Parts: sequence; C-alpha cells; structure tokens
Amino acid sequence: MKNSKTLIYDGSFNGFLTAVFIAFEEKVKVADIQKNGQTQNGLFSETETIFTNVVKAKRVWNGVRAKSYNAIGTIYFAFLSETDGIERLLFSYIQKLMVSKENKQVDFSDDTVLYISQLARKVGREKHRMEAFVRFQLTKDNIYFANIEPDFDVLPLISKHFRNRYADQQWLIYDVKRGYGIFYNLERVELVSLNLSEIHHNRTKKSAAFTTNEYDYQDLWNNYFKSTNIKSRINRKLHTQHVPKRYWKYLSEKKEAV
Amino acid sequence: MNFERIKEKLNILADAAKYDVSCSSSGSKRTNTNKGLGDSSGMGICHSYTEDGRCVSLLKILLTNHCIFDCAYCVTRKSNDVQRAAFKIQEVVDLTINFYRRNYIEGLFLSSGIFKSPDHTMERLIAVAKKLREEENFNGYIHLKSIPGCSDELMYEAGLYADRLSVNIEVPTVSGLKLLAPDKKHEDFTKPMLKVKNELLRYKNERKLIKSTPKYAPAGQSTQMIIGATGESDKDIMYSATHYYKNYNMKRVYYSGYVPVAEDSRLPSMDTQVPMLRENRLYQTDWLLRFYGFAVNEIINDEHPNLAMDVDPKLSWALRNMKHFPVDVNKADKRMLARIPGIGMRSVHKVIHARKFRKLNWEHLKKIGVALNRAKYFIVCDSRDWERKDLDVGKIKGMILQNSSGKFRKQHSTQLALFAN
Repeated sequence: MKNSKTLIYDGSFNGFLTAVFIAFEEKVKVADIQKNGQTQNGLFSETETIFTNVVKAKRVWNGVRAKSYNAIGTIYFAFLSETDGIERLLFSYIQKLMVSKENKQVDFSDDTVLYISQLARKVGREKHRMEAFVRFQLTKDNIYFANIEPDFDVLPLISKHFRNRYADQQWLIYDVKRGYGIFYNLERVELVSLNLSEIHHNRTKKSAAFTTNEYDYQDLWNNYFKSTNIKSRINRKLHTQHVPKRYWKYLSEKKEAV
Repeated sequence: MNFERIKEKLNILADAAKYDVSCSSSGSKRTNTNKGLGDSSGMGICHSYTEDGRCVSLLKILLTNHCIFDCAYCVTRKSNDVQRAAFKIQEVVDLTINFYRRNYIEGLFLSSGIFKSPDHTMERLIAVAKKLREEENFNGYIHLKSIPGCSDELMYEAGLYADRLSVNIEVPTVSGLKLLAPDKKHEDFTKPMLKVKNELLRYKNERKLIKSTPKYAPAGQSTQMIIGATGESDKDIMYSATHYYKNYNMKRVYYSGYVPVAEDSRLPSMDTQVPMLRENRLYQTDWLLRFYGFAVNEIINDEHPNLAMDVDPKLSWALRNMKHFPVDVNKADKRMLARIPGIGMRSVHKVIHARKFRKLNWEHLKKIGVALNRAKYFIVCDSRDWERKDLDVGKIKGMILQNSSGKFRKQHSTQLALFAN
C-alpha cells in the first residue's frame, strides 16, 4: 500500500492548484494539503514540498472550468475564506467534480458541495460589503486612502471594481490585518506593503496626512447621515444587522458611536 | 466653498428628502469607458444604513424646499412653517462628486419642491444632471424626480442624463388625491410617466436596429405610494400597483408607511404609529407578484380585501388553498415549489438542482435552508416521517405561530401582557 502524503505549498492560490495537479498526476494519496509555515505532520504520512508552477496551476484551472464554468469561481472564493482545512475540502470538492459525469457543482444535497458553495457565498458577501464600506480619505499627496480589516482576504476580488469606478484618481486600499494593499496609479493596480506609522480609523484627532478639506467633507457626510434618518421609524437592530459593529471603526459616519 | 452654509442647507434639504423611499442604484449598465469617474454597471451598493435600518446608497436631497403647492401629506407644503433653503446647481455637483470620490455614495437622487412652475423646476434638475455628465464626466447613478405637470420635451431631455426617473403617485386613489392635494390633478402624475414609458419603448426598438443608440433612463422608472394616510384598503393599493407595473412598465412601486408630519384634520393624528408591519406585508405581496408567479387576485380579492397581519401573505394564501397541498418536493414543478410557505426562490433553485442527484429528505431540505417550521405542513419528501395528523387550517396556523417568532409579533398579539409597562 502506498503511504499517504501531506503536500506543503506556499499559501498562494496558484501554489494550491499546483499541489492539486501533482496529486492528480502522481496519483498521490493525499493526507492533507497545508500552507508552508503552518504544517503539522501526520503520524503515518510523509511530506512533500510543492513548488508553485503557473503552467500546472493553469491546467487545473482550465480543467475545472471545462467541467463546470462556475465551479472555478466558487473554488477561488472559498479558498480566500482562509478557513482551517479548506485545502483538504477543496481537494475533495475537485475530486468529486472531476469524477462526476453530471454537473456536480449544483448537487446541494452533497455536504461538501453545499458547504463549499456556502463558504463561497460568505466570501462574496464580504467582497460586496468591502465595496460598500471602504471610506477613502484624501491625503496631501492626492491619493485617496482607505484602511480595511475584512474577515476574509478579499482584496484580490475588489480590485477590478475600484479600478473601473475610480479610473481618474489615485487610490490605495490597505488591509491592516493581512499587511498588504492595492494601489492604483492611474495606469494599473499594484500590490504594495507599507510601514504604516498609524492605522487610520475613527478618532477625534485629525491626522496631518490628510487635506484640511477632507475633514470638512467627512463632517458634511456625517451630517447628511444624521439628517436622512427618520426618528419615528428607529430600528437599531436592523441597523447593526446591516452595518455590523466590527466595521464601525473605519466608517466616518459612525465616528461618534465608536 | 463655505462649508458652514452648505452644512446648514444639507441638513434642511436632506431632512426634507428623506421621505422618498427609493434608493436603488442597480440596473443601469452605464460603464466607465472614457477613464472618467464612476461606473454603474454592476449591482447596486448600499454604502451605509441609517439607524432606522434604511439603506443609504444615493445622496438624496431636494434642490429646494420652496414650494407653491399645498399637499397635506408633504412636509415642504406651502402652509407648513419650516426653514426653507435652496442649493445652487454647482453646489449639488460639488457635493455629489466629492462624496462619490470618497466612496460614500453610488450617485445622486435629486428631487425638488416646485418653485415658479413645474417646467422651471424640471429645467433646473436637468441642468444638474447635465453638468455632472458633460462637465464632470460622471458615470455614477442619477435618479431624477419628474415634476408632476412638466412638459414632454423636458421629460425627454431628463431621460438622456438620468438613469432612473420617477413620479410619486403618493395617494393610490383618485378621490384621496382630490382630498389631500387639491392643486394637483391625476393626469399631472400620469402624463410624465406615459412619456417616459413611450420613450423607453422607442429607444428599445431603435437599439434593435442601431446598436449605438444612446441610453435613455436605462434603469427605468419607479413610483411610490403613501400607506395609511387616506384609509385605503390593501386591495386598493395592490391593484393600483399592478396597474402601474403593467401599463407603465414600472421597475418598482414603493410603499411608504405614512409618517405624521403635521396636524391636519384630513390626516391621521400626529401620535399615530408608522404602519411598518402593513408596509412589510405589502412589500411581501409585491415580491410574490414579481418573482413568485402569483396573480394579484389570488392574494387579495373582494373576499379578502386586506392582508392578514399575523401571518405572511404566502402562508395566508396556502392556508386558504389547502387543496393544493401537500406537495412532493421531489416531483413538483418550479411554479408549485415557489408557492410552498417557507421555501424562497433561492431554496427552489437549490432543490431543483439537488434532486437530480438523489431524492431529498428532511435533512437535505434543512441544510439547504428551507424554513421547515412552516414548510413541513405543506410538503412530503423522501422520508416515511411526515405530518400524519389530519390537521385543520386553524391548527396549522396555531402551531406555526407557536413555533416561530416574528419581529412584529408583539404588535398583534391578542394575549394580555403579564407585566405591561
């Protein structure tokens, strides 16, 4: 009997797809697929380190897409959820997809399929929330800057949305939790990592990094937010359901509530 | 820019505009092709929610709250003693652009009190939209209010710059309108609607021949009705809504529970509650009509002119029509699945796909997300275990109410509170 193996990859999506490729090609009995640096050896399994190979990753991508056009998107979204053990689940999801003659992606009576599609939907919701809750502040060197702290790693998913929308202004969205950001320089979007001296969330002290008008506009916006509220219909529960408290510290209209 | 003065005006004119419910920003297909600002091709985005739980997606303001009309239900009516203010065109443009660049909003919702004449007012609204599109290269969403009684030429021009146009019908019955807004005629409302509808059809036909036909109000038109101001029945409201959906190709009809704004003998008194539950039931009915394949007379008719308040309209329909149930979820067609209480369109979609692979049982349905506490009385599935007792309608209703909790339950409970405060 062949020993089962734990595959170690570099944490990138391409790395994961390469691992899937190798598992399929070499008929590896996969015990687990783990991120480099977070490995836990199994008692009876060997480990193998996978070197990311874009060509091999692309073949998995295309193979899955040929099987079901929507499934590859679901896999990518679920991968970005960073859930513990997601690699193992996604591997068995891909196995199921490839084995099935029908479009297995919509078999919502299969536990793995349902779970993966629910995870993907969760990430999709977070992506949408970030498109809504990013609040840019104009810096003195004319960059619209925003800090975010999303539940999932959604920066790669929102970059297109912001590129299309703010094509004529420089902007930078920085994920404080994961320590990287995306910067648009009027030409294209680049990944950046910064040494932030301070995290710009809500506080009464004004930062010297931003233009003076910036605070006037925030003030106008906060006033608008208050005036447009109908007091006789107050429904705080619904309010916090739509704008969960964990996002408040980056929303200027909730400045007083934080 | 004088921020203090702008702030004052913004407070007055946002406060006056907040009774307009519509805040949708989807369905426009206006892409950013010229490296300009903004893109409204995707789904709508709610950037924030006020403490009353309503979404904030557009900067919703009046150009001015000076008005020559005296409609009883309106805060900005002539005889009401409120602070008046007016924005300059450039001020609205600056506010919109600066809010948009900071990702606060999806665009502008501009309405206005009527000053001098309807045409004069409409011209000013169009001027704002035109300036945003042509000078600022703005591709965000613009919702313009059509001023009742304005000319067809202006309605045509408005559609060239706006994504959505709307006229609020406000009072669902003609007699109610006569009582509350004696200066306005019913035709004043329907004329701009008809013009927009005809233009939309004309542009649609032209696009079939010439693909580069410019856009005309790509997100369509909508309207709004006040609920609970004139003693109208739910049937009046829903039949009139159906009329507008059908004959004017409305994208949406909004229902707005009347918020008492002034003491007037023709209106409910100042201390009446906003009819939020009724509003909720009307929206549920609206959804059943637009997405679930119900006809309006199935839900509301002469026998049942008002919606039940204790249960939702779909459950209420099912309880009246037990002859269609129980439904076998593994066999029923999409139309019938959508009629089962506790199954929404998302579950319908999942059930239809999943049952191709295996027969579904209670466990599957629960995981998919079906609300079994309601659905279980109306379905059978791949299980020997189902509701066997020969329950009558009253029993089923009682058991559903007992085993669920609703956010409005307090308001219509017949049980006396033990510790009333």
